Amino acid sequence: MLQLKPAAPTSRRDFLKAIGIAGAGLTIGVSLSPLEAATEVARGSKTKPGNPFVPNAFIRINPDNTINVVIKHLEMGQGTYTGLATLVAEELDADWNQIIAEGAPADASRYNNLLMGPTQGTGGSTAIANSFEQMRKAGAAAKAMLVAAAASRWDVPPASIGTAGGVARHEPSGRSASYGELSALAAEQPVPDPQSLTLKDPKDFRYIGKSMSRKDIGKTDGTALFTQDVKMEGMLTALVLHPPRFGAKVKAVRDQRTRDSRGVVDVVQIPGGVAVLATDFWSAKKGRDLLEVDWDESGAARRGSADLLEEYRALAVKPGQVARNDGDAGKALSGAARVIEATYEFPYLAHATMEPMNCVVKVGENSCEIWNGAQLHTVDQAMVASVLGIADTDVRINTLYAGGSFGRRANPHSDYVVEAAHIARTKRGTPVKLVWTREDDTRAGYFRPMYVHRIRGALDADGNPIAWEQRVVGQSILKGTLFEQFIENNLDTSSVEGASTLPYGIPNLRVDLHTVDPGIPVQWWRSVGHTHTAYSTETFIDQLAAAANRDPVEFRMALLKEHPRHLGVLKLAAEKANWGSAMPEGHARGIAVHESFNSFVAEVAEVSLQGDGSFKVERVVCAVDCGMAVNPDIIVAQMESGIGYGLSPLLMSEITLDDGRVVQSNFHDYQVLRINQMPSVEVHIVPSAEPPTGVGEPGTPPIAPAVANALFAATGKAFHRLPLRMDEGVPG
Amino acid sequence: MPVTININGVDHSIDATPDTPLLWALRDSLELTGTKFGCGMALCGACTVHVDGAPVRSCTTPISTVAGKKVTTIEGIGTKEAKAVQAAWEQHAVAQCGYCQSGQIMSAAALLQSNPRPSDEDIDQAMSGNICRCATYVRIRAAIKSAAASLA
Repeated sequence: MLQLKPAAPTSRRDFLKAIGIAGAGLTIGVSLSPLEAATEVARGSKTKPGNPFVPNAFIRINPDNTINVVIKHLEMGQGTYTGLATLVAEELDADWNQIIAEGAPADASRYNNLLMGPTQGTGGSTAIANSFEQMRKAGAAAKAMLVAAAASRWDVPPASIGTAGGVARHEPSGRSASYGELSALAAEQPVPDPQSLTLKDPKDFRYIGKSMSRKDIGKTDGTALFTQDVKMEGMLTALVLHPPRFGAKVKAVRDQRTRDSRGVVDVVQIPGGVAVLATDFWSAKKGRDLLEVDWDESGAARRGSADLLEEYRALAVKPGQVARNDGDAGKALSGAARVIEATYEFPYLAHATMEPMNCVVKVGENSCEIWNGAQLHTVDQAMVASVLGIADTDVRINTLYAGGSFGRRANPHSDYVVEAAHIARTKRGTPVKLVWTREDDTRAGYFRPMYVHRIRGALDADGNPIAWEQRVVGQSILKGTLFEQFIENNLDTSSVEGASTLPYGIPNLRVDLHTVDPGIPVQWWRSVGHTHTAYSTETFIDQLAAAANRDPVEFRMALLKEHPRHLGVLKLAAEKANWGSAMPEGHARGIAVHESFNSFVAEVAEVSLQGDGSFKVERVVCAVDCGMAVNPDIIVAQMESGIGYGLSPLLMSEITLDDGRVVQSNFHDYQVLRINQMPSVEVHIVPSAEPPTGVGEPGTPPIAPAVANALFAATGKAFHRLPLRMDEGVPG
Repeated sequence: MPVTININGVDHSIDATPDTPLLWALRDSLELTGTKFGCGMALCGACTVHVDGAPVRSCTTPISTVAGKKVTTIEGIGTKEAKAVQAAWEQHAVAQCGYCQSGQIMSAAALLQSNPRPSDEDIDQAMSGNICRCATYVRIRAAIKSAAASLA
């Protein structure tokens, strides 16, 4: 029911052509197209007195000497408002206090993600990586025009003018002017050719590499505006009754009691269920509680998690679609001195953002305006346009803060945005706020898929690993979406990433995949395939090390000779955690190292066994190599966050299906990490001059295997199912 | 029959059914949106406000039960403990997505009012009803300690 797809194959092709995804490689360029009109960029933002100087799509320098930096990526907590503003401020020589960050509207012609071709979107930990040069050049271009303005005003050569702290200065004459004062004259200067701009040498950086204060403000006094907080004249609140099983449809609706309920304005049927529109949330909720709906479940998914596991486990013993094949793993396994085997199970997971999904939509005659923590703007525009029969560019999106996402708001079907559009089109001219309750959010799907892995590994007589055969069984995230063409040879690489990219020097290595389709809506979840592959690969390597009677760190180092950045974080984390030193009775350490999204992270977890048979994660030491550190404190914060997020599926989170129904509904049965379960965290950043890479996701993959490996060290038991249960350990 | 509640020092007459949760009266009737909706079942703490000085989950508190009582929200909190907590939150850059932080700050301010020098265990116990999916917990602990130190 929620797997909303584009209207028709032809429109999908047109869509792909329009946004250029089909066949698009990585487009890495610098777009500095001057604005057609300054007001375009300012749309939805507070207008300042006087005309701002708008050198490009990312910067407005106001006469009052404030500077707006337009951030093309969604701020969902990862710190992109600060990171991207830092890049601009650095090359602009602005004062940090004069910088105001604001979210960009939907306009892929200016705000596309350079690592996603012509698509505007945030994901894959790409914000800093794709913006590093672009934002610096935006700042440098603006500075060149301000310098030209000062040179013109004082009739001196541009080269004689220095800039710092938002002020242009001519030292010989002692004259100076703020950027605000120069803004009007700067607007008359020619826009420089991007190729002519010289960026700073890193040794001259003033802001990059320093922990500049965050620019996503209003988060300690309740003033930050989230979608949930949008209020407009005449706005209605909508709640939707979704079907009890995925794929069910509305058969009959009895809504008189709902319509008679206080505050209810209308009841409308939409493709995904039945919507109740009311003057406010509580009226909509009470009205929805009174709805009676009969469902047609002839096409509904009826299987439970146990049924799916049985199917997946049966597939896991049969060869699948090959993702990687070095040497001859089968042959090496059959002749090996020692073979170890493990089958892993990973459940569905909900993102469980603190702000449940929601969206405000106002549909006009040939227009639509959306207020949302939008993460995949270009797809949202296309999907909503196809529902409303209008042009993509007539779908305007105002990007607000998101109360977390972890991938959820980048739904490749635009599920909840389309749902809101279906409702709002029945009330043209009236803004409608779709609100999901926690129960709706937990049960509506778009889960991290369930997976089964089977790994067989072999050691030679000297204890050296000679073969690794890994099979992954699970749903494809990309299949059935607008990103389907990234699937080649029936292989969705996001199902096997992290396993197919195993860095260890093992001569015979095979990774293959079975893709299944049980009809459960799935999508990416903070670190995507790495959420499960890091666990299976990094716990299995510990089992191999134990079988070879070798230390887990030393064993890994011997296999990572060709991977200096893996080695770098591994050594640093081990050293900072005093790897190998004695621990109190009942305490143990475990380590894991994993690359994701071009960043490298190693984590050492320290656990203590409790008297009641449970355990506690006491401390985590993390080393990260994400290239040049743009904002060290935000990198630290993202490692802390990634570790905390990754502990939930290890310790307690699990979505299960029973007869097709999602069993869990709220935080009492879909449990997540709380403060009393959070370890202390120590983060070390590897100094690097490499181009910066992302930190939003890479902290998550290593934590679960690091903890499981610590438990393996403490108990001699290996754990092959998440969430981890102490009584399920098997001798490793 | 409207219900009168004192919110942030001002009496408000709220025209809603008596079973309406305080959370929705604040958000929809009074447009005080700093208090957040997270779960609707008092499980996550995002909706935490103070009623007569004590932390309360507003999502499960019917307005009929707070008639005549003093409700304080993030918009109206002005105690020295709350100011110290907010300053410490900024100093430690606690907030990431920020959605849960109003509730975290209300719980932390209430903790310091009753326990000026909380230990790690005290903090874990007082704050375990407030979920943060960004897992800013390490900094919450540090910020509460900083706030306590600044008040000492």
